[in-house]
Amino acid sequence: MAPSFDQLPQELEDFDEDDIDYSDLHEQFEVRLDEGLDTFVVIDGLPRVPEDNRQKLIKFLLRKLNSVGKAKEESVHMPMGSDNLTDGFAFVEFSSAKEATAVCKQLDRTPLDKKHTVLVNKLTDIDRYGKEGRIEDEYTPPKIEPFQEKEHLRWFLEDKEGRDQLVMYRSDNVGVYLNEKEEAPEMIVDRQHWTEGFVQWSPQGTFLTSIHAQGVQLWGGRSWGRQKRFYHPAVNLVDFSPNEKYCTTWSHKPITVEEGNPVLSVDDDGNNYIIWDIATGKPLRSFKTLHITSNQVDGEGQPVKTKIEKWPPFKWSPDDQYVARMTQGSSVSVYSLPSMRLLDKSSIKIEGIQDFEWSPATTHRDSVKTYEQLFCFWTPELGSNPAKVGVMSIPSKEIVRSRNLFNVSDAKLHWQSDGTYLCVKVDRHSKSKKSMATNLEIFRITEKNIPIEVVDTLKDTVINFAWEPKGSRFVIITAGEIPAASAVPPKTSVSFFAPEKLKTPGVGLFKHVRTVDKKNSNAIYWCPRGRFVIVAAILSQQSFELDFWDMDFEGEKEEKDKDLDCNLQLMATAEHYGITDVEWDPTGRYVATVASFWKHPAENGYHLYTATGNLLREEHIERFKQLSWRPRPPSLLSKDEQKKVRKNLREYSRKFDEDDYNKRNQANAQIIDNRRRMLDEWRAWRARIVEDELGDDAVEVAGLSVEGDAEDNSEAVEEIREEIIDETEEVIN
Amino acid sequence: MRPILLSGHTRALTQVKYSKDGDIIFSCAKDQIISAWYSANGERLGTYTGHVGAIWTVDVDPTTTLLASGAADNTIRLWDVKTGKLVKTWEFGSSIKRVEFSPDGKQLLGVTEKRQGHLSTIIVYDINYDDIEDQDEEHALRIVVDEAKATVAGFSYQSKYIISGHDDGTITQWDAKTGEFLDSTQAHEEDMLISDIQWSPDRSYFITASKDKTAKLISATDLSVMKSYQTDTPLNSAAITPVKDYVILGGGQAAMEVTTTSARQGKFEARFFHKIFEEEIGRVRGHFGPLNYVAVDPMGKSYASGGEDGYVRLHHFDAGYYNFTFEVERD
Repeated sequence: MAPSFDQLPQELEDFDEDDIDYSDLHEQFEVRLDEGLDTFVVIDGLPRVPEDNRQKLIKFLLRKLNSVGKAKEESVHMPMGSDNLTDGFAFVEFSSAKEATAVCKQLDRTPLDKKHTVLVNKLTDIDRYGKEGRIEDEYTPPKIEPFQEKEHLRWFLEDKEGRDQLVMYRSDNVGVYLNEKEEAPEMIVDRQHWTEGFVQWSPQGTFLTSIHAQGVQLWGGRSWGRQKRFYHPAVNLVDFSPNEKYCTTWSHKPITVEEGNPVLSVDDDGNNYIIWDIATGKPLRSFKTLHITSNQVDGEGQPVKTKIEKWPPFKWSPDDQYVARMTQGSSVSVYSLPSMRLLDKSSIKIEGIQDFEWSPATTHRDSVKTYEQLFCFWTPELGSNPAKVGVMSIPSKEIVRSRNLFNVSDAKLHWQSDGTYLCVKVDRHSKSKKSMATNLEIFRITEKNIPIEVVDTLKDTVINFAWEPKGSRFVIITAGEIPAASAVPPKTSVSFFAPEKLKTPGVGLFKHVRTVDKKNSNAIYWCPRGRFVIVAAILSQQSFELDFWDMDFEGEKEEKDKDLDCNLQLMATAEHYGITDVEWDPTGRYVATVASFWKHPAENGYHLYTATGNLLREEHIERFKQLSWRPRPPSLLSKDEQKKVRKNLREYSRKFDEDDYNKRNQANAQIIDNRRRMLDEWRAWRARIVEDELGDDAVEVAGLSVEGDAEDNSEAVEEIREEIIDETEEVIN
Repeated sequence: MRPILLSGHTRALTQVKYSKDGDIIFSCAKDQIISAWYSANGERLGTYTGHVGAIWTVDVDPTTTLLASGAADNTIRLWDVKTGKLVKTWEFGSSIKRVEFSPDGKQLLGVTEKRQGHLSTIIVYDINYDDIEDQDEEHALRIVVDEAKATVAGFSYQSKYIISGHDDGTITQWDAKTGEFLDSTQAHEEDMLISDIQWSPDRSYFITASKDKTAKLISATDLSVMKSYQTDTPLNSAAITPVKDYVILGGGQAAMEVTTTSARQGKFEARFFHKIFEEEIGRVRGHFGPLNYVAVDPMGKSYASGGEDGYVRLHHFDAGYYNFTFEVERD
């Protein structure tokens, strides 16, 4: 049975429930019937004042209390001590128990002045815990469990052959495998019903996430034990911060939290998002789903809730310092982590904001020495104000660059993986709004004053754009006008762009390299290391082609490309029927294409290719749902060390080839041994059967030759075939 | 392998059989006709007409004298192969799913369908060759299958056992003389119908095909499963090739689901596996419906497949087929 929330793989295997003494818990958590005392709170730590000042103090106190609940002067009872001073505490009655609870929660431990801090507790609680004997008089330090070494969570990097792991979800089974190229992947672990939804790796590969009705679980370590679990009923999605410190879980269903929930507090009730601290497993803060309301109005005059926010609405800064969320049309709220407090206690007002995106890496702008994280955003035309793209620096909230744009229908923000460039794909309409065109506005973030370069030669709509990871080249797919009422999607064109070569250091202007017309492609998948790119037709009904391109082909270069930092070459073209996903392994050596059961039930399975498009393996698997490579954390080698490795690549490569060769030989030898064994067993069985059972009746299979004795009494059938080779007609006079 | 297309049937093929010498192919179909063809060139010699229901099964005795057939008209009929004359009709209460002659031809078995008021039975007749028109009306043996119904059955070597396959994925061994139950095994997945049983040349072992997408090689003496061949489609038929150590499997997406899927997804291919190593070595495409039956020439020169598409495709093996060997087989 697979582990789930109900059946946890307990450390204690034989666990008898009857053995536990619950009496203390019963006493502590016994449900108390409403005694009418729930509306009372006890306030401790008040100054002791003489009778004359008592009313003054009460009034002062009430002002504080009424900021949260409602209490009248009569409902405060402040007893006098024997020495004609107040006793330093007061009883206050509120109009409802809910108010009393709120007061306790918000005002407990707030300072009254420099000397006095009030303690606010419910009367019932004081009664429950304050009685003699309930709490021991003497302090006993909590028992600290002896330190237990945990499994190394990055053990998967220790593979001697540097093989990558991948998780596959098919039917009800989730398994993690090692990529073995042409051979069947080697299984590491396989569990039935490991997840109830899907599986997901954390961004650096440390954890495997499984989704259950009760929440999310993280698995890891060599034994694949459970590392963490986050209680979130009916959870749908999960998103991790880039450094795996935090994660967000979301459910379409608002959470209902009852008092006494061990994980969530009453404040979380009704919320959809929970942000968790992964190390402690505790929730940091929760939020409601924001609906993007449209201008349409439903029957009762209420605005129609059209969409919910685009996933993930909580976007992380690359260093896990901030998480930000946009309220479409008005503001961005930036929260500091891990406190989850709003930066400078207020959201950043950006009127009309449509989208924003953090730079995926901490960028170092020219001549800026202080710490900063950047995000970009865009706002549409509002009244007479033009549309605008801005880049904001956090924590200063300063807009470090902005650009006005006109006639904008839509914009998409694309950061390059190092945060070196930002490309804003701007869809623009003509004045009459009849024809569309696309501009690419490229911000060079790391150069002085952030210059902007415009590539605006594109008449067709750009349906897809992708930067080369860690590089400075990009690929776009454009589509012509979509003919109305046509079932066939329009043909697309794929264009490649690269910067010009400069004599001085730096990156030249972006130039068009080549366009391939009449394609069906709609998706771009760059190798995570750059250089190789796959342009594919995904989720299409008619076309399933994959083009493997090399941007730095090590061969002859065309004359017209000689000034460009690029040598484009189509390496291979492949086809995978019913393809739905393309997954590059984190090293960029292999790429898997998937036909997932989630999208359609036909020919589910995967193909495995090398980066250059050689098909290594194809496997059809019933109800194959998901394939995902385990990500790797950033390399620990220093820049110099990496350079050294790169320099000696040939040497390493020779060694690896040798290892591969040996391994293959060994595997082949094994297969041959296995076959020999099977053949021997079969022959032995035949011999036994012939001797024991058949006797003289045996018809030896091998004795039946092709020509056989049937030849003698068979008759030859002669066949005459006529074939007209040519027919001509001539008229003879 | 260039196929010869035997087109003569107007509806789905149900079974295809070679004569013992491999020179004549008999085929039956849902169009109520049995056809006989020359295996050398695919020419049709003639037809046997008389059934008034879909014909499910056909078999020919080792001397190619008599032809037996079973159909949905609840009859087993015996025909004179040479003249095409109907020599005997046995009537039953339900349709006949399988007929097969014993290795010596002296007995004929039939499998009757289970239907309301009629039990699933295996029935055996003694066959008279002295005067073929004088056949015993009474059966020599009747086995009532009271658990899961029998779908296919056949005689083992020396007519020692009757082996039957059932709709719950089990195989049963019966004493062919007394009809006594001897042994049973869950060879295939539970509740996965066994669609075919075919024999090795000496009938000491057989191959089963099942809806569970596998075919199994099973010993007739102790019902031990010796080999298993895994495919990705429900199987309708499996055959063991003489001369070469191969098996041929046929199947495809079930007929009622085919309309919703393209031929590409239907997997209407004959699949060749190595009998001993259980490895797939090749596929033959061509049918545009599921393969309902695959039959192999007892001389090992050709094989024929009958499809839901109404065609028999006859393939003569070429040099590549005979020359292919695994390294370990060469010494």
